[in-house]
Amino acid sequence: MYIIVVGGGRVGYYLTKALLAEGHEVLIVERNAAYCDAIIEEMGSICLRGDGCETATQAEAGTGRADMLIAVTGDDEDNLVACQVAKHKFNVPRTIARIRNPKNEILFKKLGIDVTVSSTNIILEAIEEEVPTHPLTHLLTIRDKGLEIVEVKVSPGSSTVGRAVKELALPPESLLFLIIRKDQRPLAPVPETILQAEDQVIAVTGPQSEEALRAALRGD
Amino acid sequence: MKIVIMGCGRVGGQLATLLDSAGHTVTVLDVDAYAFRRLPTTFSGTALIGNGIDEEAQKRAGIKEADAFVALTQGDNRNIMAAQIAKHIFNVPRVVCRIYDPLRQEMYSKLGIEAISPTTIVAQIFKERLVG
Repeated sequence: MYIIVVGGGRVGYYLTKALLAEGHEVLIVERNAAYCDAIIEEMGSICLRGDGCETATQAEAGTGRADMLIAVTGDDEDNLVACQVAKHKFNVPRTIARIRNPKNEILFKKLGIDVTVSSTNIILEAIEEEVPTHPLTHLLTIRDKGLEIVEVKVSPGSSTVGRAVKELALPPESLLFLIIRKDQRPLAPVPETILQAEDQVIAVTGPQSEEALRAALRGD
Repeated sequence: MKIVIMGCGRVGGQLATLLDSAGHTVTVLDVDAYAFRRLPTTFSGTALIGNGIDEEAQKRAGIKEADAFVALTQGDNRNIMAAQIAKHIFNVPRVVCRIYDPLRQEMYSKLGIEAISPTTIVAQIFKERLVG
C-alpha cells in the first residue's frame, strides 16, 4: 500500500517506522526542515518538505495514487484539512486523522473523515484502568489463548447484590473463579453463592466479552 | 442581522466596526483579549474571548441564533474548520471565511463553503496598478 503520513513529529516518525517494517510504501510530509533532514538521514528519502494541507504539496506527494492518508500533526484543524483535501481533491479511499480534543471525534466523522484516533481518550482510558474505583481492571493477559483475567467490583447500588451467581447472565466464555470479600477469606464461587456489595470478583474472560461480563456482574 | 465574527485582527476588527455602525448585532470572538483594542469605544456589540473552532465557544457567541458567521483568523485551516462547524453543526444560513491559499479556497468553494482568497484579489489589484 502507498500511505502518506502528514506530520513528522513523534507520532509520525514512529508510525512511519512501523508501516515501513510492515512493507508499505510510505511518504512523510513535514513542514519543518530540521525534522525532514533527521528523518531522511535515518530512513532514506521518504520525507517531503512542505505543508501537507496544501493541494500543491499533496499533488507533489503523489496523493492521487495513495491508498491511505494519515494526518498526525499536533493540530486538529490541520489534520482535518489534510484529510479533506486528500479525500475531495485526490479521491484517497481512506483517511485517518489524529485528534487531540475528544469533542472533535463526532465533528470529524460528520465532515467525512473515515477514522479518527483520539490520543487524549486513549491516554484517559489507560489511566482510568489504573484507578481503583474503575468498574473493571485488567489483571493479566494470556495472549496466546486470547484470554484475560480481570477484576470487577460489585458496587453497592448494583441490581446483582443479593443474587446468586447462577442467576447472572454471564457471557459464555467467562468464568468466575474467585471472590474477595471484605473481612472474609477469599472464596471460590459456586452457582449458589450470593453476591454482596463491594465484592471483588476475579474472572477469566475473552476481550470481546469484557463489557458483557462487567454488565452481568453489575446489573447494568 | 445577527453576525458572529471569529478573529479580531485588522480585518475582523474593521468588519465588526462597520457592521456595528450599520446597525447589526455583532459578536466578535478572539483567543486574545488584547485583539479587542482594535474595536472603537463606540462599538456596541459583544467581544468574547474564545476559540471559534470549539463548538462551545461558538454556542456562547450565540451561533444558534446567528444569521451569519465570518471566519477571519490568520490560519486557513482554523477558518475552514470553524466555518464547517457553523455551517454543518449549527446550520447558520450564511457562512463566509477567508482562505489565503487560492487552491484550498477553490476546493472548499466547490464543497459549498463560501470562501474569499485575499491572495488572488490583492495580487490582481497590484497587477492592474502596475501594468494595467
